[in-house]
Amino acid sequence: MSEIKFNIQKSPRIDRLVHHLYENMPVIEADRAELVTESYKQTEHLPIVRRRSAALMHILKNIPIVIRPDELIVGSNSIAPRGCQTFPEYSYEWLAKEYDTIATREADPFYISPETVRRLEAVHPYWKGKTTSELAASSMDEKVLDVFLHHGIFTVGNYFYNAVGHVCVNYEKIIKYGFEQIIEEAKETREALQSGQGDYINRRNFLDAVIESCEAVCVYARRYSELARKEAAAATDPQRRAELLKIADVCARVPEKGARSFHEACQSFWFVQQLLQMESSGHSISPGRFDQYMYPFFKADLDRGIVTYESAQELIDCIWVKLNDLNKVRDAASAEGFAGYGLFQNLIVGGQNEHGLDVTNDLSYMCMEAQLHVRLPQPSLSIRVWNCTPHSLLIKAASVTREGLGVPAFYNDEVIIPSMLSRGYTIEDARNYCIIGCVEPQAPAKTDGWHDAAFFNMLRPLELVFSSGVDKGEQIGPRTPNVLSMTKFEEFYDAYRTQQEAMIAMMVQANNAIDIAHATRSPLPLESCLIDDCIKNGKSVQEGGAHYNFTGPQGFGIANVADGLAAVRKLVFEDRSVSMAELKEALENNFGKGRTEKKSTELTVLAAQMLDKQGVEVNESHIVNIYNGFRNASSVSDEKKAQYQRILDLIDSVPKYGNDLYETDMFAREIGQTYTKPLLQYTNPRGGIFHAGLYPVSANVPLGYDTGATPDGRLANTPIADGVGPMSGRDVKGPTATANSVSRLDLGDASNGTLLNQKFHPSALAGEQGLEKFVAYLRGFFDRKGMHVQYNVVSKETLLDAQKHPENYKTLVVRVAGYSALFTTLSRSLQDDIINRTEQGGL
Amino acid sequence: MATDSIYDVTGRIFDIQRFSMHDGPGIRSIVFFKGCYLRCRWCCNPESQEYGIQQLTLGGKTKAVGRDVTVREVLEELEQDRMYYIRSGGGVTLSGGEAMAQPDFAYALLKACRSAGLDTAIETTAYADRDVVERLIPYIDHILMDIKHINSQKHIEFTSRPNEKILANAQYIARYCAQHSNDLTIRVPVVPTFNDTAAEIADITRFANELPGVRQLHLLPYHRLGQDKYAGIGREYSLSEITPPSNEKMHELAEAARAVSSLHVQVGG
Repeated sequence: MSEIKFNIQKSPRIDRLVHHLYENMPVIEADRAELVTESYKQTEHLPIVRRRSAALMHILKNIPIVIRPDELIVGSNSIAPRGCQTFPEYSYEWLAKEYDTIATREADPFYISPETVRRLEAVHPYWKGKTTSELAASSMDEKVLDVFLHHGIFTVGNYFYNAVGHVCVNYEKIIKYGFEQIIEEAKETREALQSGQGDYINRRNFLDAVIESCEAVCVYARRYSELARKEAAAATDPQRRAELLKIADVCARVPEKGARSFHEACQSFWFVQQLLQMESSGHSISPGRFDQYMYPFFKADLDRGIVTYESAQELIDCIWVKLNDLNKVRDAASAEGFAGYGLFQNLIVGGQNEHGLDVTNDLSYMCMEAQLHVRLPQPSLSIRVWNCTPHSLLIKAASVTREGLGVPAFYNDEVIIPSMLSRGYTIEDARNYCIIGCVEPQAPAKTDGWHDAAFFNMLRPLELVFSSGVDKGEQIGPRTPNVLSMTKFEEFYDAYRTQQEAMIAMMVQANNAIDIAHATRSPLPLESCLIDDCIKNGKSVQEGGAHYNFTGPQGFGIANVADGLAAVRKLVFEDRSVSMAELKEALENNFGKGRTEKKSTELTVLAAQMLDKQGVEVNESHIVNIYNGFRNASSVSDEKKAQYQRILDLIDSVPKYGNDLYETDMFAREIGQTYTKPLLQYTNPRGGIFHAGLYPVSANVPLGYDTGATPDGRLANTPIADGVGPMSGRDVKGPTATANSVSRLDLGDASNGTLLNQKFHPSALAGEQGLEKFVAYLRGFFDRKGMHVQYNVVSKETLLDAQKHPENYKTLVVRVAGYSALFTTLSRSLQDDIINRTEQGGL
Repeated sequence: MATDSIYDVTGRIFDIQRFSMHDGPGIRSIVFFKGCYLRCRWCCNPESQEYGIQQLTLGGKTKAVGRDVTVREVLEELEQDRMYYIRSGGGVTLSGGEAMAQPDFAYALLKACRSAGLDTAIETTAYADRDVVERLIPYIDHILMDIKHINSQKHIEFTSRPNEKILANAQYIARYCAQHSNDLTIRVPVVPTFNDTAAEIADITRFANELPGVRQLHLLPYHRLGQDKYAGIGREYSLSEITPPSNEKMHELAEAARAVSSLHVQVGG
């Protein structure tokens, strides 16, 4: 039996910081939007990359700054706690449409004051026609834009409306040497340029922009130093005065110069982390291997007696709080796909170094401890696991898992490293991987992974098979043969792959159009100078300056498609117990089941509008009839309902993915490959390849809402399976069987990441024995080459109670998908989805 | 392949439950044998008692309980969780029903598990002929044996059988375990109106305490999770009047057990 290591006393400061952060609903602020507009108006004569650095300088010189009560680590993008700025250079029209509803919408509401609306309204007209979003839209084939915007098969909205983010920069370099080193490097590189070369001007412009961006950060830090000194002079409490003077000293030093202490290292880290999210609206700016690059500073201070475990823990905890101070407002649809105010700042501990040696250290444990102290959704804490991972680190991780915060997420070095090798990373870079955002592996400080490039709903091509490529009256996919004339399963399966590949090709083009728009309109010199080899190559990350380049769009719905195709094969083509016509009709009628309340209302409105257009008079009883038709399927006769129920029962009897059945699972593996394999043939404008992820973030709920009934027995508008896991409730043989099924998929081929959510009842992890068995279970799953897994350990009763009494559960954190979020801030349908995930108890 | 191979021996089971956490060390798979000599009134698996295959109706759905399988088939399923056994120090547990009521099958299965390097355990009533016990015990790493009551009359009343055979087997098994360093745990289902007084628990504990080789005594609180299944197989649940013992009550009884023994006493498995 192992003791749980590193139980460090929490400083009372931490609860005060957390409380202050969560007192109010987050607020939208207009300062950045105003400043970026002012700057852009004055720089129209400059090349774009210089306009970006000039804008950053203008923002960082002028944006209001604040030191919150009790803070030791300072730097906030907004005056209001958890507030956010806006980024009109990417898109703004959606925000203008949501002024009235944004405070009351279901997913991620924000408060916006009339004054802020007025200020934003004043600057928005400037951006008409100038945004990345508009350029991207104009670059897509008309048909591709239409499919993206109106057919809900894939969505590329994330980078269409916002910056890309999704990087792990070279924190270590800044912490060790400061921005002055980068400025020096940029100047030297500039000196060495041959002015007669064709790329001289572009390179020089980029390097000038890098220098100005680095200087902007130093200016900003000095403003904080001055503010701290001013507040110290006014402070009445001597302890707080001393703290503020310390902050003033620290901010006078870093991040311009290298850190000399753990405190300076922490502050230097924070300015980088924060200001990357001021430069652009990209999320998933991931700290990566924090325990590795911070350790030398911690160890040196510990040895010199400058920090204790307690005081170092307090600084780490302060960073953990700050990671939750950053926020981002997204359009309503994206907010549902990324629900929970997530910024996906993924921080990973443990694992091996570039030489293949385990480098777990004290900070690996203290990062876990910080999660227990702070108990908030950020950072997305991850842990790397391999055979040499110390048992005690896993016991510590299990003890955090048991708290129900949904962290850490577990990653298997033994799958991820070979997977990265297969995509061209060197062995050293692969061994040094970190995780970006939800679940995406990359080599830190040298990769532009464009992870999270799109959500691809694998069920929609299946729907297109039944309609021969027609959706909403339009021929959007290939004209595959009429399903009613098919005589062999292979024809059906071929049609699925044909539809799937056609949709993948469209998604790729949409991604590339957006990619080019970012390179053209929004190169990011600050982010770029922290990623190899941008300085050497003389170009930004957005233009392909990084050492490794990828585009990683993620598919989801493997379980539904595999179960669905298996049902079609068995029932229609093998047993002939259901005819294709019967199945098609049952799907069209949602198996005779009513639609949800929300969907019924939407469909009723649509129907009434259509009747109105046709000049049909619609009265109230008419509307009620239409509504009931959808809600209760009242237009379907009882006889038909019984017939559909028979089909559902037959579908139910076909073996399902997730029960450790070899053939069934191998078919699911093949289905996964129908998405991962075709992607590999495509390239992006940055000189990299496409590769797949298999995870939905939280989009399995909103995109499931827009998907009709499917032949796996899933009803219309209900959630889709949430990753590489089985469909909720269909895995009935316990967690080891589920794990075995999942590990039969070709996970490593989804080199942009896979996601398995499992839900355990708290009793399964109770006591020391519970922790030991949990760790053994995890090890067993990873022995079988599972790639990623994360756990929700909250009882169903607790979640149901939290739905009833949200006021009592303001800080109840749950795992959504690749990240954790506050349960009560999630939409009702997403809450239900989490509650319905199959719960694994200790049997 | 020879037909007299242990892998071809057939038996009747009604379930294999994987990821079991409380039936022996580590993560285990439990093979539930069909058929039992006793008819414990609190039994949470009433469908396990009859050897014959039965229909069980639960939630409107009827399914057959019980299937005949070969050792080979069972082993194949048990193998699927090998990684989890290795990582947790777990393995296979024979339960039921009563595994000793199908001695040839139990013997073959245990032997097959041993050859495959799988750790073995048994949950048993210890109501069996001595030669069966002697034949099986060398192949069992962990024995979880019930002693339900010291008073044979009361034993008959609640389980349908007297306890003399059980207590005598207990003596034999304990001696064997002590000599061969096998792991022996005595378990007591604590059932209100049957054995939930401090005096009754103390009697059982004293008996267990005197057995050589016993290290642990587990007091398992009565629960009624199996109640619906009685109706599901067309039987009446005779204990509907009683309620599960409270946590406090269980801790009092554990204290009573500790007072009369040097055993490690715990509540729950």
